[in-house]
Amino acid sequence: MRFLTKKSYYEDIRIFKYGSTFFWYLALVIGCCLLPLVLDDYLVSILNLTCMYSIATVGLMLLTGYTGQISMGHAAFFGIGAYTSAILTSKGMPFILAMPAAGVLAGFVGIFIGLPALRLAGLYLAIATMGFGFIIEEILVRWESMTNGNMGMMVDPPSIGGFWFDTETHFYYLTLVLLILTILAARNILRSPTGRAMIAIRDSEVAAQAMGISMAKYKTMAFAISAFFAGVAGSLYAHKLTFINPESFTILVSIEFLAMIIIGGLGSLHGGIYGAAFIIFLPQLIIMTKDYMPKFIADQTGLEPALYGLMIILFILFEPMGIYGIWRKTKFFFEMFPLYKKGTFKRERKYFKAERH
Amino acid sequence: MEIVNEIIQTILSGISIGCIYGLVALGFVLIFKATEVINFAQGEMMVIGAFITYTLITLWGIPYWAALLLTTIALGIFGMILERIVLRPLIGEPVFAIVMLTIGLGYFVRAFVSMVPGWGTDTYGFRTPFTDKTVTYGALILSWEHLAVILMTLALILVLFAFFRFTRIGVAMRATSQNQLAAVYMGISVNRVFSLTWTISAALGGVGGILLAPITFVHMNMGFIGLKAFPAAVLGGFGSIPGAIVGGLIIGVTESLSGVYLPIGWKDIAAWIILIAVLIIRPQGLFGIQEKKKV
Repeated sequence: MRFLTKKSYYEDIRIFKYGSTFFWYLALVIGCCLLPLVLDDYLVSILNLTCMYSIATVGLMLLTGYTGQISMGHAAFFGIGAYTSAILTSKGMPFILAMPAAGVLAGFVGIFIGLPALRLAGLYLAIATMGFGFIIEEILVRWESMTNGNMGMMVDPPSIGGFWFDTETHFYYLTLVLLILTILAARNILRSPTGRAMIAIRDSEVAAQAMGISMAKYKTMAFAISAFFAGVAGSLYAHKLTFINPESFTILVSIEFLAMIIIGGLGSLHGGIYGAAFIIFLPQLIIMTKDYMPKFIADQTGLEPALYGLMIILFILFEPMGIYGIWRKTKFFFEMFPLYKKGTFKRERKYFKAERH
Repeated sequence: MEIVNEIIQTILSGISIGCIYGLVALGFVLIFKATEVINFAQGEMMVIGAFITYTLITLWGIPYWAALLLTTIALGIFGMILERIVLRPLIGEPVFAIVMLTIGLGYFVRAFVSMVPGWGTDTYGFRTPFTDKTVTYGALILSWEHLAVILMTLALILVLFAFFRFTRIGVAMRATSQNQLAAVYMGISVNRVFSLTWTISAALGGVGGILLAPITFVHMNMGFIGLKAFPAAVLGGFGSIPGAIVGGLIIGVTESLSGVYLPIGWKDIAAWIILIAVLIIRPQGLFGIQEKKKV
């Protein structure tokens, strides 16, 4: 158990709560940098995917986990980013400009989607963003002069100043740096007035409005920021796989993003990364354990989606805080050792009407 | 004259597909009114319904009407079990969690259907009493399959209307959807109402699947068609039962008209464009009442 005396208000919003936290994060970053030395190319490529998806989930976490706005169309932002970057680089723009451009365009579309979101709460918003996702998907298929339709597009690996990120290890350092920048940006947004306004909106819109927070400003801002990160992640995705077609940006991908943040743990940046890692590593785990499963189950193509679905259900029923929640409980158990009480993390239930007053 | 016939036929096929959207939307609306939850797995109820009917008719050789009845009952029981095991523990949790739960459920059910021996990922069809039969009226040729959908939807709506209007439990359900707390004070068992709501709505989804099967065939992904019921429900004003049906009809007709008269691709997104337009212009829908938020 650690006792803390606070001497100034600023201590509440420090980026690292304790000095030791900074040390551990530094150790983690160094550890991550050294990983490609010990892992083979295949595992590094999975790590690449994890970092890439983590960028998108951190963005989605800002929107869904911290501002409370459900987006079921995040694959569309992801797709806009991927296609923008692919088209711009094919027209000769360097990657280092095309990637932010992809993010910015996705962000602009995010503002556009955020505007109707002002009038819509919860479920309506989920449905509207889903519709938006379908429309973007159809545009990607039909705008053949730009996107090459269902045939898909070939994309070059990224290069910055003549240096090509064409091996998995090179690409790993690129995504890792971008992921760290993303996390730092998200963390800083969250401790700024903007972030606290977002959290206030999540907890009670009416109360937030009463405190003078402009719904319009912060909701659109949350959408734009989140779409920006999704766009950047999409750009990386395009350049990593070097081939994209509209099939990669369907509603199932949007659901996968949501599954990631739920399994990881809503309302924590850690959760976004845990969730992305979990969902990316799950198929690998399935492949590895296939030999030990009964043949009847192992041969099923539906095994992976069935497990996704089951995981979402089980996590929501039994551990709504996700993997991050499990981690926090374990940590708390050891900190409080003989005095741990199960009721500490008991959820508060709200029986008043939420959507339909 | 030919153009008129073509338009009438397009509209009619739009109405019949719209009826199915309406039935699925009705499923959403019933659950939403009673429990304030949106069931994103409603489309998967259609999948299960269609697959069970396929098994009964094609594999086991049971007549169509008996299969229809059996499937409806099976789906009803499925809905009841679902409510009891998965959804009841979540009463009082944030809506977002429950929505995600139903999404996960849909994901799981779709994968599960592909794993059941004899179902899998292939496309199937089954014979109904209406297969290959047409009605000729002047120069107009209408297929019985489309007409059957319209007639059966009408019959279902009448039954549901009578149920909500005249039976005790139907009135109890309406009361619960208006005010749960007051309903409890009046001695209504809210748990029973919830369970019945899920039963009815799952059964409706199942019937939707059976009716849809001859038109689009039985397939693991036919549940995605159920997503189009969202625009229908929103257009009608979420929470309005006649609104769901009218919304479904409008969506269905628009879709089939844009499939014939607009460039390719518009058919698939017409419903979603309507949805976003409605949400921007009139979020309460055609029949909904704008309710003010109280703290």
